[in-house]
Amino acid sequence: MSATAQPNVKNVWLGGVEPMKASYGKLMMWIFLVSDTFTFSALLVSYGLVRFSYPGYQGVVADFVSSPTYWPIPEKIFDAFPFFHGVALPLVFVGLMTFILIFSSVTMVLAVEAGHRMDRAGVEKYMLWTILGGLAFLGCQAWEWTHFIHGTDNGTVIKEIVNAEWVQRTIFGANLTENQYGPPAFADFFFFITGFHGTHVFSGVVLNFLIFYRAATGMYERRGHYEMVEKVGLYWHFVDLVWVFVFTFFYLV
Amino acid sequence: MATVHEHEENAGAEQRKAIWRTFWILLIITALEFAIAFTLHASPLKTAIFVGMTIIKAFYIVGEFMHLKHEMKSLIWTILLPCIFVVWLLLALMMEGGSIFDLR
Repeated sequence: MSATAQPNVKNVWLGGVEPMKASYGKLMMWIFLVSDTFTFSALLVSYGLVRFSYPGYQGVVADFVSSPTYWPIPEKIFDAFPFFHGVALPLVFVGLMTFILIFSSVTMVLAVEAGHRMDRAGVEKYMLWTILGGLAFLGCQAWEWTHFIHGTDNGTVIKEIVNAEWVQRTIFGANLTENQYGPPAFADFFFFITGFHGTHVFSGVVLNFLIFYRAATGMYERRGHYEMVEKVGLYWHFVDLVWVFVFTFFYLV
Repeated sequence: MATVHEHEENAGAEQRKAIWRTFWILLIITALEFAIAFTLHASPLKTAIFVGMTIIKAFYIVGEFMHLKHEMKSLIWTILLPCIFVVWLLLALMMEGGSIFDLR
């Protein structure tokens, strides 16, 4: 790290130095995150496209009922909470998930800070909290997906044409082709956006565990610096950042 | 490296203070978002407020937690400039979605 300082170099872009004062690994993590930004933006922007191509719900918000003919109001769909069956708690569970992820971001940056001071015990402690936060978030997501897939008690009655005749039936929950909450595309985007984000959280937890293991076995202490904590920390904060956008554009707007 | 962290003991405390301050800012903005979600009726203004608050949250996460605010200017622009494409894609596809709605 410090071996790269060369006072005689006139042009920093000719190689041998770090012109951006960031190591190769850290820089490449940033570039990777830019490309990942594009992937998530593509998913969220295509959600916007399809959302705008469907009519919204017209009428009083309190009387909202789900129908495949118009786009649902998210706060009316995501109002369940574990152990509070039948109680409408709009967005409370998503709020809890947001809090968990922001908090695990804080413990991650505290681990990075402990690494700067070569405080091995501090890195171990805060990495464990971060891993715990990640696992808690994944658990919440598993519960939310289960609820979304199985549906509400009463389901939604839909009419469709089967063999040139109108048939009425009730659908419960959602999959990629059927959705009790609104147009099938709404469920598709739910699965793909939160699923892709959940995959990132999962791989983040795996990376965090690897970092914790290596810190706990003293590998970074022997190496003389905790830069790996910083690199994986960048990834973990990015996962939190994506959730901030998903929270706004999928659940709030 | 060994000599660097000896006299950074105080700087560390300051950094930790900044971390917790950022945490409270993020928490308060999220709480405000909840309050607005259930008090304002759906309107372009409400959407604009949400987008604005999201960008403020993103600024604190990227700037403080990811430390980008304290990096070299060239690094900051390397990360931020490509995001212009996202803004362009967003505007283009929003309009496209609107015209699909009109044609349906």
